[in-house]
Amino acid sequence: MDRSLNLLDLALGFDQEQADASPLSGKLVLIEDCVETSGSFVLHQLMKRVLSPHSSEALIFLAFARPFSHYDRILRKLGCSLSTQKANNRLVFFDMLLMKCSGVEETKENASAVAKLFREIQETVRKLCSVANSNVTVMVDDMSLQEIASTGNSNQDHVLDFLHYCHTLTSESNCSLVILNHEDIYTSMERPAFLLQMVCLADVVIKAEPLASGLANDVHGQLSVLNKGISSNSGRGSSRNKLQNFQFRIKDNGIDYFYPGCRS
Amino acid sequence: MADSIFRKLRDGGEEGELAPALTIEETVASPFALDVSGYLLANLSSSILAGKSKSQGLVLITFSRSPSFYLKLLKQKGIVVSSSAKWIRILDCYTDPLGWIDQPSTGVSEASSLIKLHKSVSNLKRLFSSIIEAGRELVGDGKTRFCVAIDSVNELLRHSSMPLVSGLLTDLRSHAQVSSLFWSLNSDLHQEKITNALEYISTMKAKLEPLCPSSDGQKNALESLFSVHQDFGKGRFHVRFKLRKGRIRVMSEEYHVDHLGINFSPISSVDTVVPTTKSLLPKVQFNLQLSEKERVEKEKVVLPFEHQDHGKSTEIYDGRRSPADSTIEATPLSLGELQIDETSSGKGGEIIYFRDSDDEHPDSDEDPDDDLDI
Repeated sequence: MDRSLNLLDLALGFDQEQADASPLSGKLVLIEDCVETSGSFVLHQLMKRVLSPHSSEALIFLAFARPFSHYDRILRKLGCSLSTQKANNRLVFFDMLLMKCSGVEETKENASAVAKLFREIQETVRKLCSVANSNVTVMVDDMSLQEIASTGNSNQDHVLDFLHYCHTLTSESNCSLVILNHEDIYTSMERPAFLLQMVCLADVVIKAEPLASGLANDVHGQLSVLNKGISSNSGRGSSRNKLQNFQFRIKDNGIDYFYPGCRS
Repeated sequence: MADSIFRKLRDGGEEGELAPALTIEETVASPFALDVSGYLLANLSSSILAGKSKSQGLVLITFSRSPSFYLKLLKQKGIVVSSSAKWIRILDCYTDPLGWIDQPSTGVSEASSLIKLHKSVSNLKRLFSSIIEAGRELVGDGKTRFCVAIDSVNELLRHSSMPLVSGLLTDLRSHAQVSSLFWSLNSDLHQEKITNALEYISTMKAKLEPLCPSSDGQKNALESLFSVHQDFGKGRFHVRFKLRKGRIRVMSEEYHVDHLGINFSPISSVDTVVPTTKSLLPKVQFNLQLSEKERVEKEKVVLPFEHQDHGKSTEIYDGRRSPADSTIEATPLSLGELQIDETSSGKGGEIIYFRDSDDEHPDSDEDPDDDLDI
């Protein structure tokens, strides 16, 4: 086994030899986390993988939660410079904190703001595809904040529409879409349509939660990876309908993944 | 059984009747409606192509997946759709349902006769007329009919209200040229009344259920997704037919989804009983049920009131002294010690009670309590 692959990579199917594309292309990956256990490290890991020097993939990053400097600092620790990638046109960073579409009250204008954002993304995807002829990954950190930012107190339909349009990118341009979302925001709702809709659309659901047995010093939480693999067509069936569980420990410059009780 | 759904959809309704309609109901924990509709689509298209079906065309309205996805799916099942196919039309409500994209991308306009882009999804009247128009392009204006498939009603419901959607579905069912109709629905995304209302306007309902359905209902739809574990991809397939006379027939099957699609098999009792009992028990440290060995041993224990039944008939004292009573009572007294030895050395414990011969007979006239100093 390749030493560079960890359990998460295996669960996502990076071990299968593929000449053409990454196993996530054309798929929607949803990362669910909660207050007790942040799932952003999965996002960082995937960012690093997309921007690794071995691949030619490009990344579009929609940041609702944190500014560029934050990601830059973290990724530098993981051995990847975001500024260089930005200069190389492999990273397009949308800092949504600065854009502020929240001030608009009218729903119609709101819808058009979301539509405008999508058009920008689509334009960027086309540009990146035509230049590098590579896979493009779109990451959103995080979707629940977009809900807050773009709709204020009105319904969540615009965000779902936005999500739908982003989903069209996966089939049209074979993009991968990686979305971080917080699950516990919706626990009080009887039927969290927004959350469930995302789960339905997702091909891979990664859930980060605290240890079921309580807090521990050397284990920071557990990950469940469910690979629905609905849009995977022939050949990639082996990881379909698989649920995998493992635990993780977050270190300064990386993550340890291990099966429960198998920590070496 | 999945076959019988397909046959009903293929044969369509009688003339002057509403077209048969099928709801494929999935949940978050068993999201395989797409596989079921893929199965039906493939079977319907091959029967249309072979001329075995009453309908001669198929109109597919896509909301949740792109048209190319379905073309790939059909290709995988061995049905190649050329862009000039005369039996299928795809109405694309997926790519741009709200008209956000200004200029059409290059990919869509290519196969324009096969795939039609539909914007403004919330206008259901226009959607209806374009479905009928697409069908007429296939089969003409006459009496020949076509099938309609809608891949997800959820998206429709998101853009417009329930009465409008059910109106659209009823309009489609009652249209003379529509021979049959099916749609899929994720029941976790909407309130129960919407699911029920859609069930009312359909003649068949096919429900996909995970192998171990969660007991605490809809609230934990997400948790149930992660509790299915290795059984994800397997489950039960319940079908309810409303027959013409008003009778209702319910059938169940098992399904198994793999990378090739969905497979149906009759329910095997052995497989299903074990996981359900396992899952129903709460996780506790001790055993709530006996193992086989424990059960056998438990059965061996002779309880005190059972010892007398060594071939003899059980006698219940009814308050009178019977003639047999005296002989039984007399013999054990003399053999008393011997018998006790025997039982103590023998296997298995026994408790033997001999009535003391000095005891008074219960039915004597004396007051049993007269020796008490009250």
